Amino acid sequence: MIDVDSFHEIATSLTRHKLRTALTALGVFFGLTIFMLMVSFGGSLRSGINKKMAGFATNAVFLWGQRTSEPYAGLPANRPVVFDNDDIEPLRKLAGVEYVAPRNQLGGFRAGNVVKHGSKVGAFQVAGDYPDFQFISMPLIRAGRYINDADIADRRKVAVIGESVASELFGGADPIGQALEVNGIHFVVVGVFGTRATGQQGDQQVRTIHVPFTTFQQAFHTGNRVSWFALTGKRGVDAKDLEQRVYALLRERHKVAPTDDAAIRGFNAGAQFAKTEKMFGAIDIVLGVFGLLSLLAGAIGVSNIMLISVRERTKEIGVRKALGARPTAVVGMVIAEAIMLTLVAGFIALAVGAFAIAKAADRIATMGPDFPLGPPEVSFSFSVMATAILIAVGALAGLIPAVRAAAISPVEALRDE
Amino acid sequence: MLRLSKINKYYAVGSHRLHVLRDVDLEVEGGEMVAIMGASGSGKSTLLNILGILDRYDAGEYWLGDTLIRDLGEGQAARYRNQFIGFVFQSFNLLPFKTAVENVALPLYYQGVPRRQRNRTALQYLDKVGLADWADHRPAEMSGGQKQRVAIARALITKPRIVLADEPTGALDSKTSEEVMELFAEINRTGMTVILVTHEADVAAKAQRTIRLRDGKVEPELVARAS
Repeated sequence: MIDVDSFHEIATSLTRHKLRTALTALGVFFGLTIFMLMVSFGGSLRSGINKKMAGFATNAVFLWGQRTSEPYAGLPANRPVVFDNDDIEPLRKLAGVEYVAPRNQLGGFRAGNVVKHGSKVGAFQVAGDYPDFQFISMPLIRAGRYINDADIADRRKVAVIGESVASELFGGADPIGQALEVNGIHFVVVGVFGTRATGQQGDQQVRTIHVPFTTFQQAFHTGNRVSWFALTGKRGVDAKDLEQRVYALLRERHKVAPTDDAAIRGFNAGAQFAKTEKMFGAIDIVLGVFGLLSLLAGAIGVSNIMLISVRERTKEIGVRKALGARPTAVVGMVIAEAIMLTLVAGFIALAVGAFAIAKAADRIATMGPDFPLGPPEVSFSFSVMATAILIAVGALAGLIPAVRAAAISPVEALRDE
Repeated sequence: MLRLSKINKYYAVGSHRLHVLRDVDLEVEGGEMVAIMGASGSGKSTLLNILGILDRYDAGEYWLGDTLIRDLGEGQAARYRNQFIGFVFQSFNLLPFKTAVENVALPLYYQGVPRRQRNRTALQYLDKVGLADWADHRPAEMSGGQKQRVAIARALITKPRIVLADEPTGALDSKTSEEVMELFAEINRTGMTVILVTHEADVAAKAQRTIRLRDGKVEPELVARAS
């Protein structure tokens, strides 16, 4: 029954009282705009926090050895725990583990090392890495490649360098194929990377030189030591549970008491991420509920005006019924009007809201990495969801007036005064 | 075409029941033109509402053709009104925001007839009442006589079993009344059954017989006098 003049009829009856319709539409407009701003503000908060964690897999676990705090298996307390190459395979085989990246850093964690290229000298971090590390730290490869399995197997003297290393040592020149020198050892640059991480962490990352893990051990005489492990769980694996099993494995391998919390330490990014996700989930719900409530206020306005409209059109509805309009047709007509009013107002709100949010996003993008909000956005799926909500809200708003319209008795309506 | 037997209708007024129609018997043959007269309060409006399937009755039987009209649901009543009955009202009851042709086409809209087809049919019916040139005008731009002609075209478009006219000349001057009554007579000559409710004797005189109602009863001697 929906054809051209269904729309024509809806349009004529809605435009019969232009001011009234416009004011009612304004209520829906504000309702949806507020809903949109609320939801995108939630997203903005979330991305503000996430950009601090960007550049790392969200389910990463980092582990390093310290000193034992209690004697165990005949060994004394205060014994250093040092991870080694023999830990790698068992960790890889642990159920639920996806990537394992053993790491060594020259001079220790975040230490600067003198690195030379020709006459240029800089202080950078030097790390020995496996190819797996790129799935945990997620560097953005700008040129060349990351460390690969052949580098590891052949102990090649190659290096993948951060953007800052490239600019400081090589200036504007292409660093690929060039040599750099660390502690008297020469490495050939095979790749340059950037990072998604921002702030201090981002700066740190692009001031790092990655060399193959095996090359590192040989060149810098670190034997089979591993300074720390970075690993990630497979999709759907509980971060907390995985961490516990990794601890148990390493404790057993290094004869650490199961109760000794000091000997092996770690940082679970996944657990941290899950915690903030939970918090943002709650914030999203609160913002979403407030947004929906404001939309509901608009819907009540629609419902109200439709009630008045139905009363004014008692005679018209009576005529339609006398001519054969079934109650369902009357209900459909009123609900269609309510939905149309809500949808038109809603689409304007979507357009205006998307524009405002895009403007805000531009503004926030210029605010620098330490601004607490990320750029807000309106997703396509939000627009689809909003349209569905508008239709539902419109139908709901039209329901009571429609039932009232269907109950109009043609005998009463057509009685001539 | 139409047969009422022992129709009774009550209205609840406060605590007591008002007996509006008392054992009304009525038979109208196909192709007849019948006038129903009566003072206000005689029950003629109620009778018309029952004939038009706008209202229910409490006892008796109403046969419209071979269809028993009794205890219908709202949807079924609407369907029967649409198929069987053409209404003409005193105040025309055209929808003011629709053009003449759209008004005439409205009953077909509720039959699900496609727009193009129903507007074509509506134009034919407008032509029959001599208003083809006024198809795109709104009721506000038309005279009372023209509006009633549009209403008559609307009543005829579904090819109903009967046309019910409630004081069809009540809002018209005498000259226009005469033209409208002539149109009814013409329609009746094509074989359409017409039932008019009126309190004007000269209008009733156009009908082949007159049924008088008094206090909810059909006056027998006057039925006998008719035809």
